[in-house]
Amino acid sequence: MSLYHVQKLLYQLNRDPSVRKRYEENFDSLLAEYELSAEELRAIREPDIGLLYVMGVNGQILMHYAALRGFEWDAYIEAMRAGERRYGPVRTGLYVRAGQDL
Amino acid sequence: MSLVFAGVCSHAPGITGRAERAEPALRDPFYASFERMRRALEASRPDALVVIGAEHFANFFMNNMPAVCVGMAASYEGPIEDEKWLRIKRTRVPGAPELSRRLITEMMNDVDLAYAEEWKFDHGIMVPLNFLTPRYDLPIIPMNINCQGPPLIPLKRCWTLGRALRRACDQAPERIALIGTGGISHWPATPDSGKINEKWDRDFLEKFLDNRRDALLAYTDEATHREAGQGGFEIRTFVAVAGATEGSKGQLWFYAPIPIFAVGCTVAVIDLKAAA
Repeated sequence: MSLYHVQKLLYQLNRDPSVRKRYEENFDSLLAEYELSAEELRAIREPDIGLLYVMGVNGQILMHYAALRGFEWDAYIEAMRAGERRYGPVRTGLYVRAGQDL
Repeated sequence: MSLVFAGVCSHAPGITGRAERAEPALRDPFYASFERMRRALEASRPDALVVIGAEHFANFFMNNMPAVCVGMAASYEGPIEDEKWLRIKRTRVPGAPELSRRLITEMMNDVDLAYAEEWKFDHGIMVPLNFLTPRYDLPIIPMNINCQGPPLIPLKRCWTLGRALRRACDQAPERIALIGTGGISHWPATPDSGKINEKWDRDFLEKFLDNRRDALLAYTDEATHREAGQGGFEIRTFVAVAGATEGSKGQLWFYAPIPIFAVGCTVAVIDLKAAA
């Protein structure tokens, strides 16, 4: 139940073909292996790319998950902007805006 | 022998993945500069190419994040990204494990390193190789500086890393080439993707090309984050190259902000003959 576990799932999904196969065959069983909150599960399942961005998922991880879920580049960028409008500023991590704590 | 070639270049995935969306008047001269760098690299007749990159969660994660890692594998596969997304065909790239081991062993006298006998290249290495070694026939030694998941090593340690690499190269009989790859100011993969602080970039490049150690090491992550984005942390790769080429000046072969590539596109080469 943390940004760490969200990113770990997406990192493994991006780099490991066997994890990607499990995503394709039984996503829920894969998700059950990570400590994820209800909000995190929804953001990953839906996917709500904007919420994942606001949660603080690193773009170098998120952009590949967005591509996997069918987001073209411009749609990916717009989804993050929509996420900021809907959920507010990035909560933690590298993308916290100037003026917020790093 | 020692270093026979050194330079820096950009590696952003858009350079290949979104090629058709860039202004040809900027894109084509940029590609031509990569081609010029390829010819210069080949003319230096290297036995191996060390690529100092900024890996992006292709191999390393926050469960065990090395500050610096050097590849020691017989071969590497890349790109790890979707081939259609990056528009670079997946291939196997030769390594130089025995030379890697010697360089790592020697460098460990001065710096702490992780090593990896398994490593998948992401765009950070594959985009430069796509232009610079398009036949993928030159043995590669990858070196990663963590620029993504703070805490990150300080710039002064990147300089020390570069110096240690140079000392190790000086003791090797092989002809070794060196490329550092990274963005300067950029906000990649975020809603600010395409934003580039050209003034900041040109100021940094002037210091880099002039090999001004104190000026380069004066950058702080706080100011870099504010003025150059989180992508600016990748100046670590440039600083390591500057440390490896201490006393040498560089030439800027290309610089132009290309927003759809999400970075100020850069190609620069160090004039090693000018070294004191």
